Amino acid sequence: MKVSIKVNGVQYEKDVEPRTLLAYFLREDCGLTGTHVGCDTSSCGCCVVVMDGDRAVKACTMFAAQADGHEILTVEGLAQGGALHPLQQAFWDQHGLQCGYCTPGMLMTSYALLKHKPNPSDGEIREELAGNLCRCTGYNNIVKAVRQAAETLQAAPATK
Amino acid sequence: MIPAAFDYRRAGSADDAFAQLQKLGGDARVLAGGQSLIPAMRFRLARPSVLVDINGVAELDYITMNGALTLGAIARDSAVERASWIGERGWSLIHDVSRVVADPVVRQMGTVVGSLCHNDPSGDWPAVALAARAEMVVRGKDGQRTVPIDQFLVDSFTTAVQEGEMALAVRFPAPDDRTAGSYQKVERKVGDYATAAAAVQVSLNADGTVRGAGIALSSAGPCAVRVTDAEALLKGQTPTADLIRAAGEAAAKQSDPQADLRGSVEYKKNLAGVLVSRGLRQALARLGVQS
Ligand SMILES: Cc1cc2nc3c(=O)[nH]c(=O)nc-3n(C[C@H](O)[C@H](O)[C@H](O)COP(=O)(O)OP(=O)(O)OC[C@H]3O[C@@H](n4cnc5c(N)ncnc54)[C@H](O)[C@@H]3O)c2cc1C
Ligand code: FES
Ligand code: FES
Repeated sequence: MKVSIKVNGVQYEKDVEPRTLLAYFLREDCGLTGTHVGCDTSSCGCCVVVMDGDRAVKACTMFAAQADGHEILTVEGLAQGGALHPLQQAFWDQHGLQCGYCTPGMLMTSYALLKHKPNPSDGEIREELAGNLCRCTGYNNIVKAVRQAAETLQAAPATK
Repeated sequence: MIPAAFDYRRAGSADDAFAQLQKLGGDARVLAGGQSLIPAMRFRLARPSVLVDINGVAELDYITMNGALTLGAIARDSAVERASWIGERGWSLIHDVSRVVADPVVRQMGTVVGSLCHNDPSGDWPAVALAARAEMVVRGKDGQRTVPIDQFLVDSFTTAVQEGEMALAVRFPAPDDRTAGSYQKVERKVGDYATAAAAVQVSLNADGTVRGAGIALSSAGPCAVRVTDAEALLKGQTPTADLIRAAGEAAAKQSDPQADLRGSVEYKKNLAGVLVSRGLRQALARLGVQS
């Protein structure tokens, strides 16, 4: 079937099987391998992308067909004109990653979180990221990074 | 893991979805949030030949309060969670559960009605719907009908929705201002199904005696369990510590769990009782009653 999905501002028109999962559409049909597949069983959150601006979804638990006509933001769409997005900069500054495998999902879940709650408490950050697993960092630096990004974004709300 | 091949149909309206289900027959399934169905298809535990996707049906995406609290078939867990007014108006049970189903990202897609149609014995919504005495609105050949939740939840992964039918909404009757509830869930980690969970809703008379109680368990048998013995024990009585303990004991007795990695039968039965007592104490505290 034909799908037309806007990914990071670029319209992709592709012919896919209905059973194609969004994660594989992004990685294999669009060549956007920043979206990782960790567990492939809906449990780890490393495949999270943002749909229609503010909704975090597990790309391994959604068919590409369901995203037809929608907009998807992946980790590749965060940086603008060579400058890291405040979330990415904050993960760098706060050492919010080690191996980096979980990072795209952490970033995209945090991105959607900050759209809904621009000034979350540490507790709220922990709650919202509870479905995203990280085997390396112990989470503390991830929470610090999201706090830093929240502060940066609030100081300069023009950044997306 | 890739699901077996299937045909995909996008419904434009509730009527369209129903017409397609009628035409396609037994092998077609509704695709709501997909958070149970897609994992099952990936593991090839489910192999529907056609999916009728209702995610784009705007008329099914609503939460209304009009006497009853009604959630349309595509109202997401996350939408219920964000509607903080739900907890404020006496549906504390529903507000509670909306924060502990699955994980926050799954809740962005997962729907309340989809969860009830799935009827997983370890799911959270079936027990809540029993305690709150919900009704389901089902569309069938002869039009719409309302099905009380006790009749809707037939058995593990089986409901009163027949071939070619679909659920349109779930309705939670309005609690009065002397009603409160509580959802108590013990899980190994966020995103895990309950080791044990208790849904409790209590209504008091003006003199402080119990007018009615709804008490149900998840992960306590092949289907969510209504704890009829505890409900009967409480009715007409003034809640005391002893009564609450007795209600918990009745729940432990009626609980019929299976041993698995989450715990032994003995542990789960005991936990079910503890969670019912804890839920009752919290519901009463929300009504300003210390017990
Ligand atoms: C990692 C993870 C953790 C989870 N943890 C929990 C948990 O702790 N507790 C819990 O309760 N759930 C949990 N779930 C399940 C989740 O809450 C699902 O969203 C929910 O069970 C099903 O809702 P859905 O909208 O996704 O339905 P779908 O997956 O789309 O559908 C489920 C079934 O119901 C049928 N169906 C759906 N809507 C209708 C309708 N309107 N009419 C007729 N049939 C219909 C479908 O055909 C399908 O058979 C978890 C899921 C995941 C992926
Ligand atoms: S790969 Fe999607 S949740 Fe793990
Ligand atoms: S940085 Fe390695 S899994 Fe999170």
